Amino acid sequence: MKRKYLATPYIIWVVGFTLLPLITIGISAFTRDNGTFTWSNILAISEPINRQALFFSLAIALGCTLICILLAYPAALFLKSFRFKRKGFTIFLLVLPMWMNFILRILAWQMILSKNGILNFLLGKLGIAPLSISNTWGALMIGMVYDFLPYMILPVFNAISDIDEDTIEAARDLGAGSMAVFRKIIFPLSMPGMLSGVVMVFVPAMTSFVIADILGGGKVQLIGNIIEQEFMKSMDWHLGAGLSISLMLLVLISLAFTMQNDMEDRGTTIW
Amino acid sequence: MLRKNLCAALIALTGGLMLGGCGKEEPAEYLTVFNYGEYMDPEVIDQFTEETGIGIKYEEALTPEELYAKYSSGAISYDLVCSADYMIQRLIQEGEAQKVDFSSMKYADNIGDRFWQFSKAFDPDNEYALPYFYGTIGILYDTTKVDGPVDSWSVLFDGSYKNDIIMQNSQRDTFMITLKYLGYSLNTSDENELREAQQLLIRQKPDVQAYLVDEARDEVVAGNAAMAVVYSGEAYLGHEYNEDLAYVVPKEGSNVWIDSWIVTKNCKNPEAAAKFLDFLCREDVAEKNFEYIYYSTPNEAVVENMDEELRNDPAITPTEEDLAKCEVCTQADEEIARLYNELWKELKAD
Repeated sequence: MKRKYLATPYIIWVVGFTLLPLITIGISAFTRDNGTFTWSNILAISEPINRQALFFSLAIALGCTLICILLAYPAALFLKSFRFKRKGFTIFLLVLPMWMNFILRILAWQMILSKNGILNFLLGKLGIAPLSISNTWGALMIGMVYDFLPYMILPVFNAISDIDEDTIEAARDLGAGSMAVFRKIIFPLSMPGMLSGVVMVFVPAMTSFVIADILGGGKVQLIGNIIEQEFMKSMDWHLGAGLSISLMLLVLISLAFTMQNDMEDRGTTIW
Repeated sequence: MLRKNLCAALIALTGGLMLGGCGKEEPAEYLTVFNYGEYMDPEVIDQFTEETGIGIKYEEALTPEELYAKYSSGAISYDLVCSADYMIQRLIQEGEAQKVDFSSMKYADNIGDRFWQFSKAFDPDNEYALPYFYGTIGILYDTTKVDGPVDSWSVLFDGSYKNDIIMQNSQRDTFMITLKYLGYSLNTSDENELREAQQLLIRQKPDVQAYLVDEARDEVVAGNAAMAVVYSGEAYLGHEYNEDLAYVVPKEGSNVWIDSWIVTKNCKNPEAAAKFLDFLCREDVAEKNFEYIYYSTPNEAVVENMDEELRNDPAITPTEEDLAKCEVCTQADEEIARLYNELWKELKAD
């Protein structure tokens, strides 16, 4: 089976769209305008404003990941309880929104949450005072959780579906209650799925900036916003690249910690 | 200065396709024109080819920055470029423009004298740039939600419209307002003045509902905010959607922006390029473009024949008085640009 040439498209893809851009970013990050070497772009992440933005991003990403986990388990268990046919349809419904561009969906949330939006209209009908969620951290969190939740539910659901029904029944047989079954069987066995969910939620949440701009009303500054500003507004590609590299390293380190106990598990993770 | 949505880009694309489809006779010469999408009536392009036999290749960009990046990549050799004042300034300074003899043009006189004066901010001897469209920045407000007349930037800063204000999510525009309000030049390079402006913006931030760009107008149209800082072209459209909206250029003055044409140094057929520019100044052509875009036109012949309603709309035809208080925004030097960037990040971090 020496059909290595089959890998050619993949190799072109990886070289052209992963390696080359990474090298370009790397070169920009370690140089100044005049081409000399510098660490300053990498170290710029420790400046107070960048540090604060990084901290906000981290907090938002952790919060978002946690909420996604909390929502994903009940949803996955609920899905699992369905008979086969309906299960497929429900998963289809879950995936369906992902076929639409996410910016459109975030713009829809802006409409829902805005002052005269759909939510406040409905609350008004029920005689409840209007909420002012739009352009706050809360709105940002709602948008992010909404956007990333399917990426958590799907792997968690897959992992839970893989658990042998006999294992659960054996536990029940031996007198474990529902809580004990979840804690001792379902949760540990679905860990690899959850961890891939964490990767797929935490990383984009950590680096996003569009949702912050749209739902945060431009008042929230995440590290992604700063990087975008360096590239697009102040045209300082060196600093933008330096901050990107630092962010990439931080994400890699935090993932390494998360994944440490996952190495020996089955190959359900995405890396 | 031009912010167009995807829809606009699509329409422009369709226009481009239609254009490509109807090649009866292959023109002998071509001009490559670089402009924003949807920033010229496609009919006008056909008409030019019909009248002169010179073909037009129309290339598009969405923002001045994108335009600059494409231009400087050198992948395509452009003959004519239209962009925002500060970008035209940059191109002229980098020696990318070639001189054009506007006095030999038949219709260049249609461009009002004051616009040539404004142009001097980035083209001191009026040698390179031909004004195309212009506009102001001001306040679009909902007349049913404000007490008394709105005529000063102070409404944004005096705390009486808490959480009802939309600001522009753009450094220069937002600082411009504050600098003007404080009585400084919007092109100031005095660090103290900029810091003072930043302090005012930081104090204002809790009252600001959001910093937006394209959606600023929509939020006022939808009644989510009482007022927004917008470009005059947006204000005109806003008024079309909601009759209660009004637009004002505050008495402290504002920014007047001008999108202009230059002929690039690589243009091998300056005569054809000049013909094209002259064509754009001709009254019937300028009118077609105006009716396609609805930005303020510097073409006085068009303004004279405009409907009364449009001529009296401050978003379409700024008054002499309004314009007298406005300044053209020039490219900040590197140090000031960096300071702006820092101050902006501090404002957003606060």
